Amino acid sequence: MATYDRKTIEDLIDGKLEFYKIKEMLSSHKDPERFEIYLQILQDRVPWDDPILLPAGLHLYIVQKPNGDRIVKCDCGYEFCDYRDNWKLHALIFVRDTVEKLNEIYPKLMAPDPEWQVIREYYCPGCGTQLEVEAVTPWYPVIKDFEPDIDTFYRDWLQKPLPETKQAAK
Amino acid sequence: MAKPAEKLAQPRRGIGWKGKTLKQMRREITELSKKTGHYAGLTSLPLKESDPIRFEKIFSKLRGGIVHARETAKKVAASPIVEQEGELCFSLYTPEGDSIVTSTGIIIHVGTMGAAIKFMIENDYEENPGIEDGDIFCNNDNSVGNVHTCDVHTIVPIFWDGELVGWAGGVTHVIDTGAVAPGSMAIGPVQRYEDGYQVTCRKIGKNDQLLKDWILESQRSIRTTKYWVLDEKTRIAGCHMIRDLVHDVIREEGIEVYKQFIREIIEDGRRGFVNQVRSMLIPGKYRGVSFCDVPMKNNNVPAYAKVDTIMHSPSEITVHKDGRLEIDFEGTNRWGWHSFNATPVSITSGIWVMLSQTLVPNDRINDGAYYASTFGIPRGSWLNPDDIRTAHSETWHSLVTAWTPLWRGLSRCYFSRGYLEEVNAGNAHTTNWLQGGGINQYGEIHAVNSFEAAAHGVGASAVKDGISHAAALWNPEGDMGDMEIWELVEPLIFLGRQILPSSGGAGKYRGGNAWQSLRMVWGAKDWTMFFSGNGYMCADCGLMGGYPAASGYRFCAHDTDLKERIDKRLPIPTGGDPDPDHFAYTSLFNAKEVHRDKLCVTTEELFKDYDLYLNTLRGGPGFGDPLDRDPKKVEEDLNEGYILPRFAESVYGAVFHQQEDGKYVVDLEKTAERRKQMKEERLARGVPTKQWMEQERQHILEKKASLQVRHMYASSFAISKKFTEQFKSFWNFPEDWMLYEDELEMPVYGAHWAWYKEGKRVNIKGHTEVLGYGELRPSS
Repeated sequence: MATYDRKTIEDLIDGKLEFYKIKEMLSSHKDPERFEIYLQILQDRVPWDDPILLPAGLHLYIVQKPNGDRIVKCDCGYEFCDYRDNWKLHALIFVRDTVEKLNEIYPKLMAPDPEWQVIREYYCPGCGTQLEVEAVTPWYPVIKDFEPDIDTFYRDWLQKPLPETKQAAK
Repeated sequence: MAKPAEKLAQPRRGIGWKGKTLKQMRREITELSKKTGHYAGLTSLPLKESDPIRFEKIFSKLRGGIVHARETAKKVAASPIVEQEGELCFSLYTPEGDSIVTSTGIIIHVGTMGAAIKFMIENDYEENPGIEDGDIFCNNDNSVGNVHTCDVHTIVPIFWDGELVGWAGGVTHVIDTGAVAPGSMAIGPVQRYEDGYQVTCRKIGKNDQLLKDWILESQRSIRTTKYWVLDEKTRIAGCHMIRDLVHDVIREEGIEVYKQFIREIIEDGRRGFVNQVRSMLIPGKYRGVSFCDVPMKNNNVPAYAKVDTIMHSPSEITVHKDGRLEIDFEGTNRWGWHSFNATPVSITSGIWVMLSQTLVPNDRINDGAYYASTFGIPRGSWLNPDDIRTAHSETWHSLVTAWTPLWRGLSRCYFSRGYLEEVNAGNAHTTNWLQGGGINQYGEIHAVNSFEAAAHGVGASAVKDGISHAAALWNPEGDMGDMEIWELVEPLIFLGRQILPSSGGAGKYRGGNAWQSLRMVWGAKDWTMFFSGNGYMCADCGLMGGYPAASGYRFCAHDTDLKERIDKRLPIPTGGDPDPDHFAYTSLFNAKEVHRDKLCVTTEELFKDYDLYLNTLRGGPGFGDPLDRDPKKVEEDLNEGYILPRFAESVYGAVFHQQEDGKYVVDLEKTAERRKQMKEERLARGVPTKQWMEQERQHILEKKASLQVRHMYASSFAISKKFTEQFKSFWNFPEDWMLYEDELEMPVYGAHWAWYKEGKRVNIKGHTEVLGYGELRPSS
C-alpha cells in the first residue's frame, strides 16, 4: 500500500508533481490516509475556521457551522445554502445562448449551435469564480450534481468521527 | 413410427456438469447468486484461502495466455483496424457464459459475447443445432446483445471428458458488413434490415473446420472479402489457442480445481469491485447529462427518418452504503429511425471498459463486477429499444456521449477524497469516422473506416492537462495508426495531419486537443464517403468550471482544380485548418462544390480523384475555471499551437505579445490584473439563478424552443413518467402542462408506447433481453 507525505499531497493539489510521480500514484493501490491529509491541507489554506466535512468541488466545500448546520461554502467565504440544496440555485448564472456569446469561447464552426444547445456558466456571487459549466439544451432543469451521504461515509466507510466545530470542541 | 414411452420419458443427459443441461446450470447460477449476494453462492473462497499462490498462478497463466492469444492472433489479420489499431479482444467464459478472464483490447465485448452464449443457452442450442467439441459459432446480431454488426464474434465451446467446461470467444471489428453504405459503421441505416449482414449465433463450423455454405454465403454478403477471411482466421486462431490453454491448465491442476477456480475468480472479482468502490468513492448520488445531435432532416433517408432531433442521456450514479454501484438512465429518450440506437449490453459492457480505466484499473476484469452492480435502462429508450426494427450501425455516436457524465460523477468522488490524480473531466466524442467505399486503387471492391478515431484528446484531470490526440474511450490501447499504412489500404492520400487549436475544453487544466487529417482522393472509382460526428452540440459539460470540448465541423470539396495545380507546381492545401474562422485553404484551391458547415452526420456523397475530405477528430473536456490556469501554461499553449491567440485573451485573460522570432510571451502582472477585471465582469453580467429561472420558465410554458429540442423532451416525457414529473416539479408547472410527440410538426412513425396512452411494443423474444446478466432494474 502506497503512502505519501503532506508535501507530496500539497504538490499534487498544486499541480506540481511530475508525470512519472502521478503515473506511480495512478498505478498504486490507494493510500487510505489520503483523505485526512488532504482535508488538513485544505483546512489550513482556507481563510475561515468552519471545519470542512467534504470538498465539494474546486473552491467549494461542505462545512459545519457552529450550530451544526452543514452548508456549501466557497473558499472566498461566500456561503451558498444547506448542503442538501443545489448550490447552483444560489449562484449567479450567465447563459451563452447566441452565436456571439459562444464565439468568445470557441471558433465559429467549433461552437455548439444555440438552437440545439446553450452553455450555462455558474459564478460565485462572492468572488466571481466560475464554479461549474453546463452544456445543455434550452429548458434543461439545473442539474444537482452531487448528493453525498456524509454520515455513512464517515461512520461506516472511514470509521472516523465527523470533524467538530471549534465551538463544539470547547 | 412412435417412440417407446420409456424413451420419451427419459430425461436428456446434458453436456453440462454432472449431466445437467446448460439451461439448468444457467438458472442455478443466477438463482444462487441472487439469493446469496455472492457469485454462485460462494460465501467463502476455499481454494483462494487455502492456497493463494496456486490460485494466483492459475489466474496468471490464464490471463497471460489470453493476452498472448490476442497478440499472436492479431498478426493473422490484414485489416489495419485489427492489426494496427488492435480492435479485437478475447475472453474465456464459464459454461453458463459468465466471463472469467479477458484479454486487453476492445473489452466491451466481454459482455457482448457473454450475452451471445446466454442467448444460445436460452434457445436450447444444446438440442438444436447441438453443441459439440470442435464446433464454431458466429454472432454479430445487435439484437442479441452485440454493439453493432461490424463487431463479429467467433465462439468455440471447450470440452473436457465429454463435459462442457467453458467457451472461448473472440471478436474483431471488421471493415465492412454489407450495410446499405460501405464502411463498418454506416450512416444511412434506419432499420435493422439495413445494418448489414446479420448472423444470429449460427453454427458455422464442425470439427474445427468452417462449413462451405458459411464460407460462400458470408464472403458474398460483405464488401471486403479478404479482410473478412483473415479477420475470421484471427478469431478462430485466438479461440483455439485459448482452448489449448484451458486444456493445459486442467491437465496441470485437475478438472475439479479448474471448476472451483472459475467460480471463485468471479466471486473474487465481485468482492474486489465492491472493495474498490469503498476505497475510492463516497456513498451518495451523482447526476449528469449529455446530448448528441441527430441531424437527419437533409440526409438521404426515408421520409419518416428525415428529422432533426437530439439523443438525451441523463444518468444518476448511486453509490450504495454496502458498496454496490447502481447506474440509472431514467429520462433517456425514445429510440429513433437513425443509425445510433444501442442495446443494454452495449451500454453496460461499455461502462466496464470505462471503469477498467478508472475505478478498477487492474487485470481482474470479469463478470464479478456485474454481480455487484445494478442498471436502470428504460425500456423503449434508445438504450433499450422495444422494437426489433431499430438500426445500430453507428451506435458509438450516442454511446460515447452517454458515458461522459459517468466520468464526471466518479470524479466528484475522487476529488472529494483527495485522489486528484484519478479525476477525469470526461471522454471525447470519439469522432469523426471517415468512412466510405467503392472501387479502390487496386481495382477491387472496397470499403474504408479510418480508425484515426482511436486517438482523441483526453479529458483534463485535477492535476494536469488531458493528453492531446491520444486515446479513445473504447480501446485503451488505441492508436491513430501510421499514415503510410492507411494510404496502402485507402485510396486517400494524406496532405497533412495537424493539431487543432482550441479544440480541447478550456480550464485550469485543459482537455487534450484534437487534430485533423486532410485527405485527397486518389485512384478510386465509384467512390462514396460520408461523415459521422457531433457538430451542432458538444458532447460533454466540462468539470468544476472547465468548458466542454469543442464540437466538430465538416469540410469536403468536390471537382477541385488540384490536378491542374499539381501539374503546374502551384501551392495546394496541406496540413489542417487550424482556425476555422479564417479558412486555411482559401487561396489554395478552387472547387465546384464545397461543404464547410456543422452538418457532421451525412449519408453517402460521391467523391472522385482530387476531391478533398478533412477528417476532424475531437478534444477532451476541461477542468476548473480557466482564469485559474497558470499563465505560463497559456504561453506554452500559444507557442505550441494548442490555442488560438484570441481565445488566450477571451477565455484565459492572458495579456501577451509576440516577439520578432514569433514566440509569444505572457505578461504575468497584466494577466493577473486582466483576470481580476474579468471576474468583475462576470459578477456584473451574471444574474441570480432563481431570477433567470423565472424567465426560462416562461419560455417553456410558451413552448419556445427549436423543433429538435421540443422533440427530445417530448420523447423523454413519453417513455418516462418519472422524468416528466421531475421536469414539471423543477419548473413548478401546473398539473395539465405537457408536451406530446404528436403535437410537433414531425413524423411520429414508430412512436407507439407511452405511459399516458395505450400502445404496443413491437418486439420478438430475445430482443435486447439481458439474459441472467447482472441485474437490470425495470424502468418506471
